[in-house]
Amino acid sequence: MAKKDVVIKVENLQKSYGKNEVLKGVDLSIQRGTMLALLGPNGAGKTTTVRIMSTLLGYDGGAVTIEGHDVKREPDAVRHVIGLTGQSAAVDELLTGRENLIMMGRLYHLTRSSAKERAEELLEQFDLVKAADRKLSTYSGGMRRRLDLAVSLIATPPVIFLDEPTTGLDPRSRIAMWDIINDLKKQGSTILLTTQYLEEADQLADRIVVIDGGKVIAEGTAAELKRKVGEDRLELTLADDKSFKAAKDILGKEVVDTDEENRVVTVMINDTNKDVKRALELLDGKKAKLLSINVHKPTLDDVFLSLTGKLKADDESGEEQ
Amino acid sequence: MATKLVFDKKPKFLLSLSDSLIMIGRSSRHIIRNTDQLLGTFFQPIMFLVLFSAVYSGAVRTGDINYTNFIMAGIIVQTVAFGSTTTAIAVANDMKRGIIDRFRSLPMSNLAVINGHVISDLFRNGISALVLIVTGLVIGFRPTASLGDWLLVLGLLCLLTLALSWLNAIIGLAAKSVEGVQWLTFVLIFPLTMASSAFIDPSTMTSWLRGFAENQPVTHIVDAVRSLLLGTPMGNSGWLAIAWITGVLVVSIPIAAYLFRRKTQV
Repeated sequence: MAKKDVVIKVENLQKSYGKNEVLKGVDLSIQRGTMLALLGPNGAGKTTTVRIMSTLLGYDGGAVTIEGHDVKREPDAVRHVIGLTGQSAAVDELLTGRENLIMMGRLYHLTRSSAKERAEELLEQFDLVKAADRKLSTYSGGMRRRLDLAVSLIATPPVIFLDEPTTGLDPRSRIAMWDIINDLKKQGSTILLTTQYLEEADQLADRIVVIDGGKVIAEGTAAELKRKVGEDRLELTLADDKSFKAAKDILGKEVVDTDEENRVVTVMINDTNKDVKRALELLDGKKAKLLSINVHKPTLDDVFLSLTGKLKADDESGEEQ
Repeated sequence: MATKLVFDKKPKFLLSLSDSLIMIGRSSRHIIRNTDQLLGTFFQPIMFLVLFSAVYSGAVRTGDINYTNFIMAGIIVQTVAFGSTTTAIAVANDMKRGIIDRFRSLPMSNLAVINGHVISDLFRNGISALVLIVTGLVIGFRPTASLGDWLLVLGLLCLLTLALSWLNAIIGLAAKSVEGVQWLTFVLIFPLTMASSAFIDPSTMTSWLRGFAENQPVTHIVDAVRSLLLGTPMGNSGWLAIAWITGVLVVSIPIAAYLFRRKTQV
């Protein structure tokens, strides 16, 4: 896993449906053994990008290569190295979990015994041994997603696409899924994850590409993106009006925001340790009494808000077509 | 990952063949697992046979042949025709659900998905035909067919199943919804089997319908099967039946393959 070369390269990718431009020149590159999160609201072009990368959809301009194979010219070679977990669980409802795994393994052209062996291993790994011989129609949503992911790993592809793998899951299943995805990363897979959950991208990915309206609007590590939005803030809540006034005076031009009613004074800080200590010393010297302090680090929600000018709503299924 | 994976190193042609075999296995499992449909496979032919022979036996003149003997060929052909419509539904279901994307992202022969549904229809129709013939024997069906005749009937019905299943695959690929498929296949098959020699001698029908009924493919196929089962005169029906079936196969396979490619290729 020492090689740190680029496994997935997307250059100036364009796609339209009639007059509707869905992708307006997307660039991505993913290094071996890392996870990139493609983050964006519904309709941003995430799924379109993944479908093109996994040979399911054509495109109008640009280039996509995976492990050096062009998706348009060598789709079969690409299919050998990718595993895809889509939004809707792509598994056979009338087959059992084990049958699904073995069938897909055989369709990757594993030998029968190899497919069986690998199926057992995955059932174990994904905690599906007990349900292995039940029809899928009896599985819960979380189990189905786990099986779906297991199916896409049957031939241990080096490149894995996870298209919104936790959308619609309850919080417990989501965290179980995160654990599994983190394990995949540890095993050295190269992963593209799409998500509309900022927290998910923050938790899992090495790098994040924010996409909106078919364009990349920001790129970097979670920390870099947060830095773009601004520094950390220190919110000081004072015990009484006298303290509030004193705090305002002493902190002077460093104050960026005040809230009279709740007696909150906000200052920007660079170094959490030093600056918080200094602020407290200053207040102490003026006998300003504190009720609480709160260091606020920018979240990806702030990032998204400042980049797109709109808050990514959590009720995702709403108005979008 | 502990396990070392072993890949099949067969030539591409053999791998495509094995893809189709795997998909036939899948579709055949569907036939057994889909309980509602399986009940239909068992009871629909029995219902048709018992109802038709009881309702029409007094009213319909079929010459020297007893009516149960007469309609056996018709009911068998009708059952096979309705059985093949499940291909349309199965194909439409696969195309609507995420599973087709899964298959397409695999390094497999994609057309194997359709092959699986079409060929597993032989299995389903085999069950239906067997149930039908046993029921027939119980209620008075007395065939005169030799072993050779039975084998010819089997061959003809297998060919018919394949031809109709490919035709249904086209419907399944072209349809916008699964409900639409059910409606469309019924509207196609019911008139073709009613306005044929399946249940009534076409020479007794209204004149405008008679011309159609005497010359349409279902009549030729039913007449051929009836002749093999009961020793009635074959005439040209055997050749015409095979010509029609071959014609449908020759036309529908490339159309289905084309539609499938157009729907799945990038």
